[in-house]
Amino acid sequence: MIDYTYTMLIPLIPLTAFLITGLLGHKMKPIVSGLIGSTGLFVVALLSYTTAIRYFWTDHIEGSGYSALKAFEVTWLNLTDKLTINLGVLLDPISVMMLVVVSTVSLMVHIYSLGYMKGESGFARFYAFLSLFSFSMLGLVLATNIFQMYIFWELVGVSSFLLIGFYYEKPSAVAASKKAFIVTRFADLGFLVGILMLSFMTGTFDFRTLVSPTGPAIAQAGGAAFMGLSAITWALIFIFMGGAGKSAMFPLHIWLPDAMEGPTPVSALIHAATMVVAGVYLVARLFPVYAMVAPDALHVVAWVGGISSLFAAIIACTQTDIKRVLAYSTMSQIGYMMLALGVSGYGGHNGLGFMAGNFHLFTHAMFKALLFLGAGAIIHAVHSNDMRDMGGLRKYLPVTHITFLIACLTIAGVPPLSGFFSKDEILVAAYHHSMPLFVIEYLVAGITAFYMFRLYYNIFWGKETHYHHTPHEAPFTMTIPLMILAVGSVFAGFLPFHDLVTSDGLPFETHIDYAIAIPSVLIGVVGIVIATIMYRRVTLIPDKLASGFGHLYTWAYHKFYMDEVYLFVTKKILFNYVSRPVAWFDRHIVDGTMNLIARIVEQSSVMIKGFQSGRIQQYGYVFVTGTIALVIIFIYFL
Amino acid sequence: MLLKINTSKVMTGSIPLQYFLIISTLMFFTGIYGFLTRKNLITMLMSIELILNSVNINFVAFNRFLYPNNLHGHFFSLIVIAVAAAEAAVAIAIIINIYRNFRSIDVDRVDEMKF
Repeated sequence: MIDYTYTMLIPLIPLTAFLITGLLGHKMKPIVSGLIGSTGLFVVALLSYTTAIRYFWTDHIEGSGYSALKAFEVTWLNLTDKLTINLGVLLDPISVMMLVVVSTVSLMVHIYSLGYMKGESGFARFYAFLSLFSFSMLGLVLATNIFQMYIFWELVGVSSFLLIGFYYEKPSAVAASKKAFIVTRFADLGFLVGILMLSFMTGTFDFRTLVSPTGPAIAQAGGAAFMGLSAITWALIFIFMGGAGKSAMFPLHIWLPDAMEGPTPVSALIHAATMVVAGVYLVARLFPVYAMVAPDALHVVAWVGGISSLFAAIIACTQTDIKRVLAYSTMSQIGYMMLALGVSGYGGHNGLGFMAGNFHLFTHAMFKALLFLGAGAIIHAVHSNDMRDMGGLRKYLPVTHITFLIACLTIAGVPPLSGFFSKDEILVAAYHHSMPLFVIEYLVAGITAFYMFRLYYNIFWGKETHYHHTPHEAPFTMTIPLMILAVGSVFAGFLPFHDLVTSDGLPFETHIDYAIAIPSVLIGVVGIVIATIMYRRVTLIPDKLASGFGHLYTWAYHKFYMDEVYLFVTKKILFNYVSRPVAWFDRHIVDGTMNLIARIVEQSSVMIKGFQSGRIQQYGYVFVTGTIALVIIFIYFL
Repeated sequence: MLLKINTSKVMTGSIPLQYFLIISTLMFFTGIYGFLTRKNLITMLMSIELILNSVNINFVAFNRFLYPNNLHGHFFSLIVIAVAAAEAAVAIAIIINIYRNFRSIDVDRVDEMKF
């Protein structure tokens, strides 16, 4: 047994940084709190890389599979003899992979924010929240049991809430943070119900026991059925509901575009690379249970992912706020990952989708963080989020331009950049499983290339805009993370994921399936070409197309009126027909009972308060009468 | 009448115990009546003195008729007299203070200590 106990430091260092910067942040210079956070994350990143190298290569015995090992565990709550809640560190291929993703992106964002947030009044507060988020996310990733995951799941939710509402003077930011919190909390209700059902049926919270092929979860196949699905299928669908809320899957996605009100580095860290893939991670974590016991739940995962990716890609074509385009793109790409998990089987080559989903999670984290940080550099230079205020920026922002272009090519799936490999694996997995899903994903690949290059050309080419003051390239603290992430985006595709991260821990062979790879590259190139024709120079084609699509364009521009539907459901239906009766019941029945008791007491005290008249002769009269009465009773009746 | 007492052994000659008891009962209830009906605090204090003295008469009378060889009843009535004197002093001090505050010693006007 190789000792990995030091991995418990990985979440604890950001926690310490959070406590220091959070409690003492106002006493130190802003830059000091930034440096504390960044140094902490640097150490965390080093530890994560060491762990990854040791786990995957140096400590790994050639030929054997990768197994899950508990580096450290303590009992946190001892509820009964059988029911305990533990906290610990679980290392297996996906958690080690997530460690690398989270610590890399988080470190990049910490460094980047030194430049981006410079001069902001809440600089120390920002770093405290970033550290809190890093702590919670790392804790989530390393959770040994589903309850620990739930705790950290809520913690990332609250740090996301705090960071979206970072500019709390802005009403829109406050509304966005509330929306994100409420929507994800609603989804987490499903998660909690799922946890309770699953642990009730299996008698354990522990992941290793849950996913073991001989464990109690797998034994639940069949079992009691409700509405045609077994109880454990329902439990897994409820758990997926929590994952869908966190990962902004249709129809729980509405919080993600609004979450862009937060500072841009936060969008890169939380709402692109790490927190929003927690849902994918959750499904991947419980994947053996999904695959072996509840294939119906996996179908739900696949279709929700497929629909979300198409839906978001269409909306992304019409938005003009660059961060919103990226937000919908994130949603679309997470849909890809969900779909990949959903079409996967367990073990060997059947687990291609599982590998592809995690692979895409990894590459997506790199290029989407790069895109968001690039967008941050652009916003930093132009002081606007709207692509209509931009154009011709390639001359002013050379580094941002090149890195952004690399990211766009990566997400469009141009070989040999990393996005090509991961997307190709997903398409292969979808092709072998379900034709409709494959067609959807194939279309989305084209649409993705189109909207990303629409964004790219509108920002860096297009019309020559006159700026109030000449845009200037961002400082080094911001461009260096861009370059590092660009390198990551280019080369991440060469990692041998099929050897490292597989559903059963055993490596399998993959090869590029040219029958699928060539068409998928072609449709990406078609998307790029169309975008080039339409947006490289100012043309009339976009407006003509927009009016040509008519209602479809208007619908997509208004995000298919999802927000309005939610408002209608909550304000018109829930508030009127549920909240009001409940409020009436509370005010009249619950409060009424209490008021009645109070009134009875009050009335009776008014009635008897005359006894306490303050007149001494009255007291004397009562006393004498009572005495005489007692005397009479004692003499004649007793 | 209720008590059968051999008066021949008692020295006091002709006055039987009942007469003492009757007079003390009358005094006692006069005192009670005065305490409950008079509005003047000084008069009420006098009523209390009546009550106390009726008790004294009882003590002395019972002592004399039942245990002529003991003096407990006498001593006890002496104690009552001493306490009554002290009580009168305190009561009058209170009444003077009440008069200063209320410009009256009417007991019905001193009803601040109520609900």
